[in-house]
Amino acid sequence: MSKQTMVEMRGVKLRFGEKTVLESVDCSISAGDVFVIMGLSGSGKSTLLGILLGLLKPDAGSVKFKGMELTGLARPKLNDVRTHLGMVYQNAALISSMSVSDNIRLPLRELSDKSAKEIESTVELKLKLVGLDEDKDKLPSELSGGMQKRVGLARALALDPELVLFDEPSAGLDPINGKLINDLIIDLRKRHSVTSIVVTHEMEGAFAVATRMAFLHEGKILLVGTPEEFRNSGNPVISAFLQSYSTHEKSKG
Amino acid sequence: MISYIGALTVSGLQELGSMVALARQTISEVGERFSKHRSPFRLEHFFYQCDRAGVGSVPMVVLLSVFVGLTMALLTGYQLRIFGMVILVPAVVSVSFTREMGPLFTGIVLASRIGAAYTAELGAMTTGGEVDALEGMGLGARRYLVTPRFLAIFLLTPCLAVISILSGIFGAAFISSLMLQISYGFFLDQVMTNLLVKDVLAGVVKSFLFGGIIGTIACYKGLSVKGGAVGVGVATTSSVVTAISTVIVCDSLCNIFIITFFP
Repeated sequence: MSKQTMVEMRGVKLRFGEKTVLESVDCSISAGDVFVIMGLSGSGKSTLLGILLGLLKPDAGSVKFKGMELTGLARPKLNDVRTHLGMVYQNAALISSMSVSDNIRLPLRELSDKSAKEIESTVELKLKLVGLDEDKDKLPSELSGGMQKRVGLARALALDPELVLFDEPSAGLDPINGKLINDLIIDLRKRHSVTSIVVTHEMEGAFAVATRMAFLHEGKILLVGTPEEFRNSGNPVISAFLQSYSTHEKSKG
Repeated sequence: MISYIGALTVSGLQELGSMVALARQTISEVGERFSKHRSPFRLEHFFYQCDRAGVGSVPMVVLLSVFVGLTMALLTGYQLRIFGMVILVPAVVSVSFTREMGPLFTGIVLASRIGAAYTAELGAMTTGGEVDALEGMGLGARRYLVTPRFLAIFLLTPCLAVISILSGIFGAAFISSLMLQISYGFFLDQVMTNLLVKDVLAGVVKSFLFGGIIGTIACYKGLSVKGGAVGVGVATTSSVVTAISTVIVCDSLCNIFIITFFP
């Protein structure tokens, strides 16, 4: 049985002034996938997430979420769509003046019809999921980078989204915290059937979580395929990217 | 020189356009919440902002107004004494404080105390990605952040202006009784006789306007910050300078309008 297409991008173009960030991006992501987008720094990976979330408007092309065209969508409709998406930001982007639990409570209080009791139990559930139920009263500034990202994930999952976007989820984290985040992404797919798009340039994490991968280079997607297809790719840019990573790993080891 | 003035005018008009756009977007997001039968802002946020902008500003407004009222009465009294007209002090101080000084000083205090705080905190949220995060959640960042702040300063500026007026008149009455031999009873009687309803109305209407101006400029400057911590600093300075200048210009225009149409 063919899986439902969750996200479809066709001919997406974006320029910032004179600089072309995305030349022509085409890809489709099926429900239940962990779709990893890789590429060099500054290749436009995070920009793609911004477009998907409606924070950036592409100059041309089509972006569909479950068949609904997002470009040119009126604000109220766009905000409705956003409640089906969750985003984990590179810098966590938690509301610094709010406690951990208030950060997770925020979308629930503002956007759901849940009662106060249901909200509290959801907050506890999400905090337990990311292993931070002991830290619910702390402020984001009192947490480590890895913990902040986990709170960001708990907040992204508060409304039980169908699609979660991860922007460099393990960047700047130690290997243990990086693995913890990667395990959470895998767990979300296996146990909760959540579709994820993960933007990263960290190969180890990428191959650990991906069911499908894409490589973004100079504003275009060079290859979309399974992790195995990536490893066996004959594309010189991708081979060089993988090669440099394995050389780097060997030199570390 | 001419090109500098031209560039300044263009940039000023662009900023004005962006402020109107921010106001339009905020109103549209508020409307969106109403259409979903949801409150546009949480009452607790509104009361918190009221406490900061209103209650928190009372000591500063009172202190400033008492001493300005006191100085004004003293200087006016000594000048008027030369002409034997010292009994005019209560009328001069009460009318000028009600129509002019109260709203203006309140505006200046709020622009520097609350406007700066609004810009700095919204600026820090913008550079920290918090505003984008709110927007990405579908919350309507402008509605969520701007509405309670704007309403608090808009509604509380007139209240603070009234406090400023009363404090200024009290300061003037105090020094008049102490140094100009005008009793409290006579001072109050003269205030009641000379102060007209239109003076009070002029002061209150101007205060609403000043509150709106400060709130709009402060929120706009905060949400349009670029360039990290330095950007926040630049925006905060710009917010205070722009708000105070605009309030003073607007005050003059209001005075011309009032004197022309309601002499």
